[in-house]
Amino acid sequence: MKGYRKYFGKKLFWFIVTFIAAVLLNFILPRLMPGDPVAVITARTARNVSDVSAVKQIYASYAEQFGTNKSMWEQFVIYVSNAAHGNFGLSFSQYPRPVKDIVLSALPWTIGLQFPAIIVGWLLGNLLGALAAYIRKGFDKVLMPLSLFFSSIPAFAMAVILLVIFAINLKVAPISGGYSYDMIPNFSWNFVRSIITHYQLPFWSIVLTAIGGQALGMRSMSIYELNADYVKYARFLGIRDKKIVRYVFRNAMLPQVTGLALSIGTMVGGALVAEIIFSYPGLGTTILQGIKMADYPLISATTLIITVMVLIATFVLDLIYAFIDPRVKASQFE
Amino acid sequence: MKNTVKQIFHSPKFVVGFCIFALILLIMFIYPLINPGDPLEMLGLGSFFKPGTYVSLYDSAGAQSKTLKLPDADVRRIDQALSDEDRVAMGLWLSGAGVPDDQIDLQDTGSLLQLWHSNYDPATRIAGMTKAQRNYYVRLNTKLEAVKLGDTLYVAAKDAASAALSEQRALGKNDYVNLSDVANVKTLPLGTDNFGRDTLKEVVAATGTSIMIGLIAGIIATLLGLTLGLLSGYVGGWVDDVIMFFTNIFTVIPSFVLLILITYSVGQDQRGAVTVAVIIGLTSWVWTTRSVRSQVISLRGRDHVNLSKLSGHRLPRIILRDILPYIASYVVMAFILQVSAAILAEAQLSLLGLGPKTTEVPTLGLMMNWAMLYSAHLNGSWWAYFPVIMVIAMVYFSLNLMNTGLDQVFNPQLRD
Repeated sequence: MKGYRKYFGKKLFWFIVTFIAAVLLNFILPRLMPGDPVAVITARTARNVSDVSAVKQIYASYAEQFGTNKSMWEQFVIYVSNAAHGNFGLSFSQYPRPVKDIVLSALPWTIGLQFPAIIVGWLLGNLLGALAAYIRKGFDKVLMPLSLFFSSIPAFAMAVILLVIFAINLKVAPISGGYSYDMIPNFSWNFVRSIITHYQLPFWSIVLTAIGGQALGMRSMSIYELNADYVKYARFLGIRDKKIVRYVFRNAMLPQVTGLALSIGTMVGGALVAEIIFSYPGLGTTILQGIKMADYPLISATTLIITVMVLIATFVLDLIYAFIDPRVKASQFE
Repeated sequence: MKNTVKQIFHSPKFVVGFCIFALILLIMFIYPLINPGDPLEMLGLGSFFKPGTYVSLYDSAGAQSKTLKLPDADVRRIDQALSDEDRVAMGLWLSGAGVPDDQIDLQDTGSLLQLWHSNYDPATRIAGMTKAQRNYYVRLNTKLEAVKLGDTLYVAAKDAASAALSEQRALGKNDYVNLSDVANVKTLPLGTDNFGRDTLKEVVAATGTSIMIGLIAGIIATLLGLTLGLLSGYVGGWVDDVIMFFTNIFTVIPSFVLLILITYSVGQDQRGAVTVAVIIGLTSWVWTTRSVRSQVISLRGRDHVNLSKLSGHRLPRIILRDILPYIASYVVMAFILQVSAAILAEAQLSLLGLGPKTTEVPTLGLMMNWAMLYSAHLNGSWWAYFPVIMVIAMVYFSLNLMNTGLDQVFNPQLRD
């Protein structure tokens, strides 16, 4: 138990450190812009505004929000206390809606879409990879190049391909959005069905792109393990193949869990862009809106939320890893 | 060294990947020689022209004509003029008039027309048909008759003073011109994009820019990762602690988020292709650092390194002569992965509207972004986005294949 406590303590420490670093980066990066950042943001926001007093107001509002007249340290304190209260200011593109509202309404869509999709893709990929390693021969010969090719298609491209095939040519799925345009969110059966039909294409485009890479990783891990000395030894002892295979795949799964923890950030990034193709009402589309409308508070809040989401997911995976790998306990004492 | 290269080229995966990549590079260099000019030149007024050969109508009306009697010319003409709705309507009328359904083939224009001409009679009343529908069939019939009977088209010129039209030429239905007699013919194998640019030329130029972005980002990320990894792994101590502190942080913070924040902060005007490449390179060194470090740690206790230390060699020499050769294969593989990841990162950034400045160079991501903004995927203009997707996938695929091949050469346990 002591080993676990030490492991969790260490993971928690890194979670907090990275969290602070993420907040710091979110604070510092925009302020590294050469010149007066507020003026730059104002210029970008007010690109289409010709009224001078309106531009001045936008400038004053930004200066107030970022507190650029105060010292850097004070600014940081204000920023952190605002963020801690969930106060990210008002959105410029959807004025006077608070940024918090926009992000909160997009968050469930992204979480509901991406995490199931990434997990299903991971599971299917591992299953196929393990089968390819175990069966070899024909299955492997077909699966290997296919996985390689599928893992080469980025999520957004897969999204476009699925959209064109299933929504436009076959007309079996809706083209965009999270639910029908003519519906108001409620808990009726019709609305749930609309959500499910709109869910299919984004979901499968993320799953299909995740499968390839995971299958390849699992395959080489399994082959590596199958050639390990303990497998040969177990064979000499006459332990049945079925039993050996169970151990082999359990051992091969472990690096795959770490792999998922390490690649989840990249996968979320790809999936966010896939959301955009379907105009899915999640965080990806929100970021796009923020960028298009030069809505700085919205971009800042969305990127922070995504980072925190990925941090939490990684942390949880680290915790799960500790439970399924007894070696963690031992390795922590070294 | 020579032996290693020989071994690498015996790996079928590497060879296939290498050939695909070399082919892409070859096309990239040769195509601009065949079809020179600015890839961003807007040729077409209007967006998304279909792929095909465009013949100047003006020039062909003036070109010397020959008479050709082609047997199915009329059918083909009607084939082109008949829309799918017209065909369905004709089928409905025919089956309403009592023609057995199995004789009606909507796609075979010749037999459909034959059936139509032998059966159609404006006087026939089909049950349930409104007057508007009957009138529609009369109009359809006149259209078909007009194509069947020989019309002549007249080309007229306008007199500047009197505005009177005078006949210049009569175009008969059997007049043909040789394509080589027409002064202006333009083949657009992949049509045009939303700005009216030649898509093929643009894709070729964009592939070049994207690969360049990948190479710049890959070189920066690999050099940075290699240096940090070597320092961290070999020197150890507080240097290791500091480097690993930052590496751990940037492993978890998604680089995509960093990319968004940095590119947005840099601003549209500053974002050239090279700037974007540098930013991508600066955010993706983490993986190389981690792996190089762990390999160096396992290497630094080896006998040959210790011997080198005892002989009084300096740090740079030990790293260059005793450590680098052992991790070189890994570094090459990491570099290949960095290049492909950077090409993808550029595409994703561009789709968010944070790619390179739009007026200077085409990149694969920018082309994708414009195609999506102008809904090419919704209006059936596959040529505007599908080639881009294919190029991204092929570049990524070939690089990955090379990487897997190398992996199998250097890690014999993975071999089949």
